Amino acid sequence: MTDIFFYIFSILALACAFGVVFSRNTVNGAMCLIGTFMSMAALFVLLEAYFLAVVQVLVYAGAVMVLFLFIIMLLDVKESAARKTSIYTWAASLIGFGIMVIGVVAINSAESIKTKTANLPVAEGVNLKNFGYELFTTYLLPMQVTGFLLLISMVGVIALSKKTNTQ
Amino acid sequence: MDINFIILKFVYAAIVVSVIMGLCSYAVLAERKISSWIQGRVGPNRTSLPLIGSIPVLGPFLTRLGVFQPIPDGLKFLFKEDVVPGHVNKFYFIMAPVISLVPALTTVVVVPFGRIVTDAGEVVPLVLANVNVGLLFLFAISSLSVYGIVLAGWSSNSKYPFLGGIRASAQMISYELAMGVSILPILMWVNNPGLEGTMNLFDIAQAQNGFWFAMWMPLSAIIFLVCLFAETNRLPFDMAESETELVSGFHTEYSSFKFGLFFVGEYAHMVIGSCVFTLLFLGGWNPLPFVTIDMLGWGAGYIGAALSVAIFLGKMCGLMFFFMWVRWTLPRFRYDQVMKLGWKILLPLSIANLIAYVFIIYYLDTSL
Amino acid sequence: MSIVIKRKPLNFLEKIYLPEIARGLATTFRRLWGKPVTLEYPEQRPTIPEGYRGVPTLVKDPEGREKCVSCQLCEFVCPPKAIRIKPGAISEDSEFAHVEKGPQEFDIDMLRCIYCGLCQEVCPEEAIWLQNDYSLSGYSRSEMVNDKEKLYELGGTLPDLHFKWKKKQEAAAKGSGH
Repeated sequence: MTDIFFYIFSILALACAFGVVFSRNTVNGAMCLIGTFMSMAALFVLLEAYFLAVVQVLVYAGAVMVLFLFIIMLLDVKESAARKTSIYTWAASLIGFGIMVIGVVAINSAESIKTKTANLPVAEGVNLKNFGYELFTTYLLPMQVTGFLLLISMVGVIALSKKTNTQ
Repeated sequence: MDINFIILKFVYAAIVVSVIMGLCSYAVLAERKISSWIQGRVGPNRTSLPLIGSIPVLGPFLTRLGVFQPIPDGLKFLFKEDVVPGHVNKFYFIMAPVISLVPALTTVVVVPFGRIVTDAGEVVPLVLANVNVGLLFLFAISSLSVYGIVLAGWSSNSKYPFLGGIRASAQMISYELAMGVSILPILMWVNNPGLEGTMNLFDIAQAQNGFWFAMWMPLSAIIFLVCLFAETNRLPFDMAESETELVSGFHTEYSSFKFGLFFVGEYAHMVIGSCVFTLLFLGGWNPLPFVTIDMLGWGAGYIGAALSVAIFLGKMCGLMFFFMWVRWTLPRFRYDQVMKLGWKILLPLSIANLIAYVFIIYYLDTSL
Repeated sequence: MSIVIKRKPLNFLEKIYLPEIARGLATTFRRLWGKPVTLEYPEQRPTIPEGYRGVPTLVKDPEGREKCVSCQLCEFVCPPKAIRIKPGAISEDSEFAHVEKGPQEFDIDMLRCIYCGLCQEVCPEEAIWLQNDYSLSGYSRSEMVNDKEKLYELGGTLPDLHFKWKKKQEAAAKGSGH
């Protein structure tokens, strides 16, 4: 049962991800991205990481993508039909593809994944309280750093969008 | 996970969804009746059914009350001509009403609507899925319903729906923040140290055997209620619709059954919102503060279960009445006022409220 | 000249809205129990005030004579040109032959009529009256044109104080040239 769901949602996630990359219409792309997030959330559910799944939907699908859509609509981006692909795009795509190939090869050659251990690690995120506790003790530094990154980006946006008085 | 279990869940889900839909259709009737009473009118009082309508005293009484009105209302939505204007983006235009209704009906699965005492003496919720992260699940799914409105506004490809969609998306994001922060004190109180962590709506309702949360967290309750009005797009926050400015906002281009889906979706959101407020702040199925059904001695067996459902539904209907009552009392806010209220008043207020309750709960936990 | 009326600054309670909202809710809650002020139309009819201008009709005098002498003044004055009259002579063997003329056809197109009442005002014979009827409906355009028969049916008989034509007839019988 779980396997069937896994395949359904993985295929859905991949299909939606391809939709994001290949769709010319920006709104289509955004909707596909939402689809990807939802399928990812479903995969998290299959991993019994309910909290993560719910937060994925709440934050990414529910808030971030609404803002995305909001901006797309405000800018009213027309379909970029015959846009010429620049050399930078090609280079970036090639590098990205290379990294992906390396990743797949690395995962395939990793011994620890091939030899499936009998005692799987306990998923700490299942229990909400443990999740919170771990977040604010063991993983406090990464969390703070992430928060600080967000703060930087927020300040950056404000600094960039603010009209400077040149007088 | 055998097949019987799945079928049973399907049947339960069908029952719950049909009850919610029935509640929605009668909420529409209630809205029409309450609005007419407040405005000194009579309201729908003509529709009658052939057999029931001709029972001597009861028939005319029910007809005057408009009890049969939802039937022609629903039929009207089904059979009116379905106009799809030529300038719309067809795919999203058709998908939008579905997207706005589905989240509302999906959130029902984690809403407990009563409790039953099993033979083993255990108190078990009457709920489709007893999820530990119930409250978050509910917020997550209901935050998706904004896509229905946004896509409707965008795909209609005309200016008034577009403005409605833009307004709705901005408003919903703004009020979701204050809404989320306002319920944190409750979660802090329910998850007191030593207990298993929970965001289960059932546990939250069960934690209100004494004080209801509305009584000792009134500010949270008020902020949550205001945000609930904004999230369900009800007056005084119906920016997405605001028919005096935007014709009828995001569903201007919609007709017939597609409009009906939006319409039902709005009321479904209201029903769910009322359920959640009842569970979080009004003590769920506890008849009075400090009084539970078990204390009255009626808590056992199916009678207790039925009683808990009845009390819960009663509170929910009272809240629905409040929604309608407010709608026919207050005028709509101006858009800048809505934004100002959300960002400059409710959000800081809810954060201040949270910090205050951090200290209060810490004090209560350590000194008592 | 413009007058600036200073708005009173809101006090704290008014600024936080909630007490004012509660006051508003109390008002509507009281109204909730009030009696409806509306009429349930087909069963309950409004009382028609004096001098009401409803559907224009033709009337007869108490003796049963049609008052209209088809002078066509109303047709002439009618702003939307709703009235069509075909004048005709009154037959010799009629009791009222001395009136000489009466309408052969008299149509008022109620789809055009604007209920202005000019026809009633202009009528020298007080033959056309806007009476109490206000509810008209039909399934076709032709149904909405009131012909002579319909107009008399709607109008009925109105009291007459003068019997102008009778006096004329009597005067003529006495030899007065009038």
